[in-house]
Amino acid sequence: MTTPHHHHDTLLYLDGVSVSFDGFRALNALSLVLERGEMRAVIGPNGAGKTTMMDVITGKTRPDTGRVVFGKDTDLTRLDEPAIADLGIGRKFQKPTVFEPHTVWDNLLLALAGDRRPRFTLWARQSSEESDRIEAILKTIRLGDHRGRRAGDLSHGQKQWLEIGMLLAQEPHLLLVDEPVAGMTDAETEQTAELLREINGTRSVVVVEHDMAFVRALGVKVTVLHEGSVLSEGSIDHVSNDPRVIEVYLGR
Amino acid sequence: MSMRLCLLAVLGGAILLSVLNLAVPPASALHVPTYAISLAGKYLSYALLAVAVDLVWGFGGILSLGHAAFFALGGYAMGMYLMRQIGTRGVYGNAILPDFMVFLNYKELPLTWYGFDNAGYAILMVLLVPGVLALIFGWLAFRSRVSGVYLSIITQALTYALLLAFFRNDMGFGGNNGLTDFKDMFGIPLQADATRCGLLIATAVFLSGALLLARYVVTSRFGKVLIAVRDTESRTRFLGYRPERYKLFVWVLSAVMAGIGGALYVPQVGIINPGEFSPANSIESVIWVAVGGRGTLVGAVLGAVLVNFGKTVFTGALPELWLFALGALFILVTLLLPGGIMGLIGRPARRPKNVTPAAEPAE
Ligand SMILES: Nc1ncnc2c1ncn2[C@@H]1O[C@H](COP(=O)(O)OP(=O)(O)OP(=O)(O)O)[C@@H](O)[C@H]1O
Ligand SMILES: [Mg+2]
Repeated sequence: MTTPHHHHDTLLYLDGVSVSFDGFRALNALSLVLERGEMRAVIGPNGAGKTTMMDVITGKTRPDTGRVVFGKDTDLTRLDEPAIADLGIGRKFQKPTVFEPHTVWDNLLLALAGDRRPRFTLWARQSSEESDRIEAILKTIRLGDHRGRRAGDLSHGQKQWLEIGMLLAQEPHLLLVDEPVAGMTDAETEQTAELLREINGTRSVVVVEHDMAFVRALGVKVTVLHEGSVLSEGSIDHVSNDPRVIEVYLGR
Repeated sequence: MSMRLCLLAVLGGAILLSVLNLAVPPASALHVPTYAISLAGKYLSYALLAVAVDLVWGFGGILSLGHAAFFALGGYAMGMYLMRQIGTRGVYGNAILPDFMVFLNYKELPLTWYGFDNAGYAILMVLLVPGVLALIFGWLAFRSRVSGVYLSIITQALTYALLLAFFRNDMGFGGNNGLTDFKDMFGIPLQADATRCGLLIATAVFLSGALLLARYVVTSRFGKVLIAVRDTESRTRFLGYRPERYKLFVWVLSAVMAGIGGALYVPQVGIINPGEFSPANSIESVIWVAVGGRGTLVGAVLGAVLVNFGKTVFTGALPELWLFALGALFILVTLLLPGGIMGLIGRPARRPKNVTPAAEPAE
């Protein structure tokens, strides 16, 4: 286990995190350090624990042991989901999860950073800054022509983008993106890689993805998870030549 | 049917019936008898309960099977006021103690009855008792993330517990017989035709107010969050919302609405007894909403009025079969008409594809 370097530029530090479900270890003393401003790709076979790792970071799952330190010294394992969201950690789910009965516009409106308390939302009127923000995001995620459509009627790929848009609207410091290009065409995949790189200009990102071409296109440091811990870490060329990684992927 | 049409029907209908009762001589074919006025008032009180149920179930996804409890509590608060209004005109002529207390050898008025001779206090209790109970219940339930079937079951338990409690004579609420034999309300004789019409119109006004308030709430940003919570609760948490606060607010608002419905119901039917807490009543109110169309508000009113009208007709002819008919209706609606009557009416009006801002849920 590495000793924590509390550099001011460490944004997220997972320290020996373990999670068991009925005796099955989904995460096994997982440690991982993410620098501020970094984009990290996380790969690994099905069941490696990638989604569980995001569950732990966002407060959905409480680890049995270990710490998750965000920023200087906030231990995320003590906080619940809204509190963690409030700190500036946003999440896109593996299965796209948008608010289906609402329009694309309203989905973004609800995601916009702002006061979340009922006493505010009861009286809230949409401000011109809010409209401008939503317009800008619609442009980024290329859903401008679909603003009035019910989110539930969007295609799979469009829902993926809407969810990325909702992430942007939250203005988080850290984005956790679980399988963003599943179900996308090659062209859409390419655009998504571009979009994530653009987002990474101002924010830190963790992307989980199976699509190797996509990971290669991102061109960032890769962490390979296997059976709940880090198997290998480095550039995409480094990890794809690592014999242990080859064995895990080919041995299946 | 739009909200506007519904308000017009409710208010216009109440006024029209009142005019036909008061201004048209009894001999005329157009005359509306007073019992029909009170019947209409009863339907509209139920409609208020239905709007309350739709608010939590249709928009918050909270299937309450105990909402009649809030209705009955509001009703009891009003009933207690009406009991105190009887004064010395009771059988025993006791100025302070209602008849049943004299009969049960009460020496003095129980603490719970203090202040109920005052109309303002009674009205406050109509709002406060259901509201505070809902606040405590909801705070405990939503905070510990009780939802779905489990929540429905504990709401049933709540109303059942109240049913048992109010049946007891030593609770001081008239036990089995409940509260009845009312004479006046705000010093005005309750049996007078004009009072009956006034109560019907008041109920129509409160129902309209509840509809407008509910529509404001569900179309506000709060309402959008609430609908999001209904469909994808966990997702809202990751956006930083606290669903339990949204549910609690709408739950308490709904309980207060139901309480007002009960308070308007009691003077019009002339009695409140523990039977109002029976779990079947709460389930019936959910059926009204399902029949009218869940999540449409207007449908709740439509469902409550139509089903209760059907009940009046049906129980007149075949009283034993009503529960079966109601059950069959519920199954039929669930299987064939998931959108209820509103879904049926709304269908042809669907906008063509592509032009589509989604139909507002509350229109
Ligand atoms: N709530 C849960 N209860 C029981 N087991 C769980 C739960 N969540 C995850 N698991 C198990 O933990 C392991 C890790 O799951 P996880 O979803 O994190 O994998 P993953 O790396 O995201 O896989 P995939 O690539 O298929 O999305 C799996 O074996 C899964 O079955
Ligand atoms: Mg996963």
